[in-house]
Amino acid sequence: MADIVLDKVSKKYPDGTVAVHDIDLEIADGEFIILVGPSGCGKSTTLNMIAGLEDISSGELRIAGERVNDKAPKDRDIAMVFQSYALYPNMTVRENMAFPLRLAKLDKKVIDEKVGEAARVLELTDYLDRKPANLSGGQRQRVAMGRAIVRSPKAFLMDEPLSNLDAKLRVQMRTQVSRLQKQLGTTTVYVTHDQTEAMTLGDRVVVMRGGYIQQVGDPQTLYDRPVNLFVAGFIGSPAMNFLAATVEEDKLRTALGDLPIGGRTRAALSGADAPRQLILGIRPEHFEDASLVEDHQRAKGYEFTAPVDLVESMGSDKYVYFTVEGEHASSADLEDLAADAGGADLPPQDSLVTRLSAESRVRDGADAKVWMNLDKIHLFDPSDGRNITLTDEKAEV
Amino acid sequence: MSVQEKVRIPAQRTPKKKVALSEGKKQERKLGWLLCAPAAIVMVAVTAYPIIYSVWLSLQRYDLKFPEDREFIGLTNYVTVLSNNYWWTAFGVTALITVISVTVELILGMGLALIMHKTLVGRGLVRTSALIPYGIVTVVAAFSWRYAWTPGTGYLANLVSPDGAPLTERASALAIIIFAEIWKTTPFMALLLMAGLALVPDDLLKAASMDGASWWQRFTKVMLPVMKPAILVALLFRTLDAFRIFDNIYVLSAGANETSSVSMIAYNNLMKGLNLGIGSTMSVLIFLTVAIIAFIFVKLFGTAAPGSDDGERR
Ligand SMILES: Nc1ncnc2c1ncn2[C@@H]1O[C@H](COP(=O)(O)OP(=O)(O)OP(=O)(O)O)[C@@H](O)[C@H]1O
Ligand SMILES: [Mg+2]
Repeated sequence: MADIVLDKVSKKYPDGTVAVHDIDLEIADGEFIILVGPSGCGKSTTLNMIAGLEDISSGELRIAGERVNDKAPKDRDIAMVFQSYALYPNMTVRENMAFPLRLAKLDKKVIDEKVGEAARVLELTDYLDRKPANLSGGQRQRVAMGRAIVRSPKAFLMDEPLSNLDAKLRVQMRTQVSRLQKQLGTTTVYVTHDQTEAMTLGDRVVVMRGGYIQQVGDPQTLYDRPVNLFVAGFIGSPAMNFLAATVEEDKLRTALGDLPIGGRTRAALSGADAPRQLILGIRPEHFEDASLVEDHQRAKGYEFTAPVDLVESMGSDKYVYFTVEGEHASSADLEDLAADAGGADLPPQDSLVTRLSAESRVRDGADAKVWMNLDKIHLFDPSDGRNITLTDEKAEV
Repeated sequence: MSVQEKVRIPAQRTPKKKVALSEGKKQERKLGWLLCAPAAIVMVAVTAYPIIYSVWLSLQRYDLKFPEDREFIGLTNYVTVLSNNYWWTAFGVTALITVISVTVELILGMGLALIMHKTLVGRGLVRTSALIPYGIVTVVAAFSWRYAWTPGTGYLANLVSPDGAPLTERASALAIIIFAEIWKTTPFMALLLMAGLALVPDDLLKAASMDGASWWQRFTKVMLPVMKPAILVALLFRTLDAFRIFDNIYVLSAGANETSSVSMIAYNNLMKGLNLGIGSTMSVLIFLTVAIIAFIFVKLFGTAAPGSDDGERR
């Protein structure tokens, strides 16, 4: 077990593509860290550099305090699980799991013991003599995990290990991976572009985009205090709503009406360089059916009336969709997010998603009076996507 | 979850799946036959007649120099050929050429395939230049080798043995023949092997290096097993081809000094000696040997595909 430190690590491919720009990241011993981001943002490249499968162009990588830039993968004592599982087709499950141990020239008895133990943990004992071709996707995935854990390596690296499984199995395996990691306490770097996996699995999440780290933090921090538009839109499902907003005297003019500026927002906007054109972000759960809001709450928010497009009743609560007329929020970051269909769950631009209590009586087609919590809004600078409402707090970057 | 699975899978699989499988397999086999049928019919129509006719000729005494002596003599020709030293010498020479050239070609071809597979810059150029020998007509290439090895005029003969005449001594002539074979067909081998290399997923090699395998271990424990079917195809093609070697010998040594292959002596008996009976017998024997080689390879193929030994879910 060991900590992993990336110190200004960059990757430039021979064809000139810079896939990773000066990444700084400290992964503590035993930590479960997730790299998440849209396709092509450099997650696999980063992981492969930690593994030693790709050379590091500049910067330093330290594992357990030791510089390993020039060490071959086999000398780094790290195990990796691949999206394709990469099981050796000519070997049985047993031989697959024993392979790293055999290469390490361990005693035959020790190998049998370790493989047996891993098979027991992963419930593969009945399949030890099968070839990978005769296993189901979930079983293959577990064999791949088994091959990684038999060695008790310093760290696990996993590159989208669950993305070839169907939705239900993915949820089950997610739990198993999490439990296994807690049991073993091995430092784990896990790549995914599924933000649910990112939020549920990791101790900390690293959001990447275009080869840069956007934000590092525990899942709740990323959700509550995103440092920029990209993180705000990427994390959360359904995604945060974004509206164009203009500062006018003491009001924030938006398609939902003129919102009063107070408390948090006033501080953010008082800065001399605060822009006049903004993007307002608010999560679906920060809306409520106005008739259900208690009086002492009501003052903290803003009420508006709008025609309901669609009501989706989830039992525990209701998703209510509205159409918003007027100016759309627009910025390069939002376009990037919309382009990545796999990750972010962005609603169409003119649609507002709200999550109301199950008791709400709003109906399709009728007008509804909705309350929004002004304490929870975020304001972003459209030019660079920065969250200006965070400036007075201790923003974690 | 998997506790359920453990109980469910073996219980459900054994009785149910067998029935379903044999049903599906029958269908599949039928479709397979149907799809092969046109090709198989054409093949039989084209090849069956000459084969049957040579078998028929091989059972007769039939020398065009003495046509009136033609007579059905059963297996006598086979006894004559198989008890003859010339035949066995030629058979030995052929086997020697086959084994050495195919082995060397496999090793060189693998090396070449690895290089072509790895090269990133000028890939097209590397591949094209490697394939040039295969593109040259064998007889033309053989003549250029002959001139090269002819004392006095040939640059190689002058270089290697200024006083001797390498093509007139048995050992050196055979070595030159084998060399010409290897030079010519290594690219073909490399091409087939490269197709096999493309079958090895990158992730598999990455996984092996993470598991601690050195380059050689990755090659022998991961690449070779996955490539095995492609290797067997390449070996089969080349072995069959090499066993029928004719043109290089014909041009380089003309079979002098006991350098004839079986195809050479069959040709000599048929075309030069005009002995249709003996010549056909030799052809049939060559045919049988080739068939046996093919059979052995096909037997090996059967277990070559990964996971095919108990391949249910492929
Ligand atoms: N061998 C290579 N040569 C040149 N560019 C490459 C190479 N491999 C990856 N890239 C580029 O580097 C960038 C990052 O790729 P990477 O595979 O790390 O993305 P990723 O975040 O893992 O994406 P995904 O979620 O699709 O797997 C991409 O723009 C990609 O095109
Ligand atoms: Mg990737």
